[in-house]
Amino acid sequence: MNDIRMGATNLGKTFPGGIEAVTGVDLDLQPGTVTALLGPTGCGKSTVLRMLGGIEVPTVGDVQIDPEIEVGFCFQDPRLLPWRDVRRNVSLPLELDRRPAAEIRERVDRQLRTVGLLDAADRLPAALSGGMRMRTAVARALVGDPELLLLDEPFGALDEVTRFRLDEELAALVRDGGPTVVMVTHSIAEAVFLADEVLVMSPRPARILKRFKIDLGRRDAALRMTDDFIRLQTMVYEVLRNGMEESS
Amino acid sequence: MKGFARAWSITWPPLAVVFVLLSLWELVVVVFGIPVYLLPAPHQVVVELFTNADRLLLATGRTAVATGLGFLMSVVIGVVSGSLLSMVPFARRGVYPLTLLLQMVPLVAIAPMLVIWFGYGLPSVVAAACIVSVFPVIAGTLDGLQSVDRGLLEIFRIRGAGPLRTWWMLGLPWSLPSLFTGLRIAAGLAVIGAIVGEFVGAYGGDRAPLGAVITSALKQNRTETVFAAVALASLLGFLLFGIVNAVGWLLLRRWHASES
Repeated sequence: MNDIRMGATNLGKTFPGGIEAVTGVDLDLQPGTVTALLGPTGCGKSTVLRMLGGIEVPTVGDVQIDPEIEVGFCFQDPRLLPWRDVRRNVSLPLELDRRPAAEIRERVDRQLRTVGLLDAADRLPAALSGGMRMRTAVARALVGDPELLLLDEPFGALDEVTRFRLDEELAALVRDGGPTVVMVTHSIAEAVFLADEVLVMSPRPARILKRFKIDLGRRDAALRMTDDFIRLQTMVYEVLRNGMEESS
Repeated sequence: MKGFARAWSITWPPLAVVFVLLSLWELVVVVFGIPVYLLPAPHQVVVELFTNADRLLLATGRTAVATGLGFLMSVVIGVVSGSLLSMVPFARRGVYPLTLLLQMVPLVAIAPMLVIWFGYGLPSVVAAACIVSVFPVIAGTLDGLQSVDRGLLEIFRIRGAGPLRTWWMLGLPWSLPSLFTGLRIAAGLAVIGAIVGEFVGAYGGDRAPLGAVITSALKQNRTETVFAAVALASLLGFLLFGIVNAVGWLLLRRWHASES
């Protein structure tokens, strides 16, 4: 893990046509932690993530992320190649990096075992459930052992039960010695469940309304029933709602 | 057995229609006593097919070679130029409308030019087959490449994949369904192109392909030979179409809804 600071200063993005998507966002990502950007749909939080990942160029401010580090990306839709089976979808980033075949095989097998997809390795995306497709996408994002993992509403299209289960699996994968994670979500429960810090964003242009440190310890299914978890969700909800009401 | 039943359920309706039409045709010719040089009866065409089998099969073989070569050329040229057009926005806006010309220019009018440029025989016929069949391949390739999912493109861009790798690993497979739609149309057109090319640019006599057989038979009022040659040319078109379909099915059946 490199110990160079990862983050962003005074990040802003105005799209051609004058639409201001993001303004004045400061981020300080502690290595190995999970940061959740929580905000209403269309507020510009995904744009923040895309600037961190180098897909969008900020119009103001700058991103401090070493361009050499391995970044894993996972999007709301799984974005799988329909003609490739699970194994060959997961191996795609390594193939694009031109890694040796033996290394690819070894890493992909390990990753498939971790996300519980080894038995489905030869199946095509069309033969998978929505949850399994998302798991494949997560495996693909993790297969290169990223130092930074960017998740853009990864489970937003799934039903709530599947989503909770995948959140729990993801917590096991990325917490405790995992990569630094930045995730975008509009689910308060998901943000509080997964993150060490929740940044509540305003409606467009996205700016940070409030930062919540989440000290909840172990993230497992039992956590959802605790008073602390529910209280934190309520506090976050208040900030989010006030932000939306002020802007409307 | 299930496969056979399914194949039969698809095949029998058109066969039945063909049978009814042929019977009607036979009946009309016999009842109205139509002379053979005006309209031969189906059985006369069949008789002609058997009595001149050697010559007609040889002619079909020659036309098949020209059609096949022309079709392969239009596949290569079509996929390459469709891909280039998709990668270079200016070319797409500037050149693509002009490729429509290939579709609009009447082949009969330019076939004599092809003879001047490529000489008599196979080369000018292959060129004619290629010219008429290349446009659907270009259009199919271009449509496919233009419709590549932006999210998938982004994955390749994030990993720093160059245009050639992105084309090979993403664009080309993604485009296969629409490419094959173009290829099915091109298969039929290639036969038409070859026959028209042979009207103008083929050698006659013993080396005559189907197009030249048709023109010489027309001059001699041997209409049953014309019909026999036309039937063989149609069969050739069906065959090429069938091959394209089979290849498309093999490539796409596992993952694309159009073939499963």
